[in-house]
Amino acid sequence: MKEQIKIRAKNLNFYYTDFLALSEVSLDFFPHQATALIGPSGCGKSTFLRCINRMNDLIPGVRVEGSLCLDGQDIYGPKVDVVEIRRRVGMVFQKPNPFPKTIFENVAYGLRVNGGRDREALSRRVEESLRLSALWDEVKDRLDQSALGLSGGQQQRLCIARALAVRPEVLLMDEPASALDPIATQKIEELIHELKKRFTIIIVTHSMQQAARVSDRTAFFYMGRLIEVGNTETIFTYPRHKQTEDYITGRFG
Amino acid sequence: MNKRFLKEKLIRAGFFVTALVSVLVLGMIMVFLFSQGLPIFDQVSVGRFIFGTQWYPTAEPPDFGILPLIAASVAVTAVSSLIAIPLGVTTAVYLAEIASPRMRGFFKPVVEMLAALPSVVIGFFGMVVFAPFLLEQLDLLTGLNLLNASIMLAFMSVPTICSISEDAIYSVPAELKEASLALGATHWQTIYRVIVPAALSGISTAVILGMSRAMGETMVVLMVAGGASLIPGSLFDPVRPMPASIAAEMAEAPFHSEHYYALFAIGVVLFLFTFLFNICADYIAGRHKQVGAATL
Repeated sequence: MKEQIKIRAKNLNFYYTDFLALSEVSLDFFPHQATALIGPSGCGKSTFLRCINRMNDLIPGVRVEGSLCLDGQDIYGPKVDVVEIRRRVGMVFQKPNPFPKTIFENVAYGLRVNGGRDREALSRRVEESLRLSALWDEVKDRLDQSALGLSGGQQQRLCIARALAVRPEVLLMDEPASALDPIATQKIEELIHELKKRFTIIIVTHSMQQAARVSDRTAFFYMGRLIEVGNTETIFTYPRHKQTEDYITGRFG
Repeated sequence: MNKRFLKEKLIRAGFFVTALVSVLVLGMIMVFLFSQGLPIFDQVSVGRFIFGTQWYPTAEPPDFGILPLIAASVAVTAVSSLIAIPLGVTTAVYLAEIASPRMRGFFKPVVEMLAALPSVVIGFFGMVVFAPFLLEQLDLLTGLNLLNASIMLAFMSVPTICSISEDAIYSVPAELKEASLALGATHWQTIYRVIVPAALSGISTAVILGMSRAMGETMVVLMVAGGASLIPGSLFDPVRPMPASIAAEMAEAPFHSEHYYALFAIGVVLFLFTFLFNICADYIAGRHKQVGAATL
């Protein structure tokens, strides 16, 4: 795999005050691939994900060591503009969290904070994003209604559209289907297949089947360490480590 | 088993009775207020009472027009709101969103302590410190006027507005804040585009309760508003808001005289005003809960 590297973590340590949540994590992500992060609760996979768009900055007392680069530029470098990083690295959260605004305004939000004023350009981008997240046909007649009236699955696809509207390069997904029913989950998974053609996707999931279905590569975390990473097929058929095998076969976790 | 059941029943009855007492007493006060206030309308029509511009209750024949008192109450409430709302809301935003935990730990109790200041102390301050200051700086006839009363009332409503708004802002789900920041919004954009709109119903409730407090407050306006029953023409006119009028005259009004009934009728009007404020606050707070209607 001699492709260019989109995100590279090298010896990344992460502390919540005194607690070491990530230890010596080195992991590369490639463009136009979906990488799944799996592991039992508390293994550090979500913490790692939230390092990439510096969402952990909001928690007081956290500390990062090592390096984490986006296109070779250190995300935690002294001159880095966090806002700029977050515009390039979008995020979809575990629980659908649409703003209490209209469907249109939800999707347009990222553009508006970016200075987007031209109504026509906004409309175009909103439609494009909603089509990308496969929600357009369901909401095109009620763009001016509250997003809170949508179902959970629709809300989550709206959140994906909202993240896509700013045209990020990387999309982080933190258990995006864990609050959804099987049908909504299936829609999200189909969507990921489409989206990875255009973006770099990193998805945290508790579901082994989901990791197997949507990802090209899988990384297994345990107790704050990266145990194993490789092609999803390889990881699920020939895991090199005993812990990985125990986890994916359901013997613990 | 039976004993425990009995105890449970007794406790429930006890709570019911105490709850009933407070509701009953309030209800009786209401009945009394209306029974003592309405007789004045045998002498004066409702229209002349409310829109009459002359308040000479002890003249012969007396004039019972309370428009100057209503205007004074509305004016002090409006001017004090103009001061208190920006102060209270920005303080709330600062405390909930910007202040470090240490600053918050210092500021929040201080603001809440302001609420504990007895109104007579604030009135006293307005009378002996602020009134002479106004008099000197602006070369007025009196320092006891609409502006002075409004500023003192603003002091009193800032803690109410601030602490309720702060609760509302603080309880905006962290998920919304994260969603906004993750889209590349700055902290300031997140505050004014997401957090404040999401807390708007709580903030409106806070503002209305603060205004309701200013409207009903008696001691401060009695001490510093000046007491002249004129429709105010400027910020520096002395005024006589409704509560001040009742407090000042009640002791002198003969029992069951026309004047006495008129003062109670002022109480009814005042009650209707604050009641209206509270209905508004309730309505806005309730609207917030409906899913799907929170379109901003």
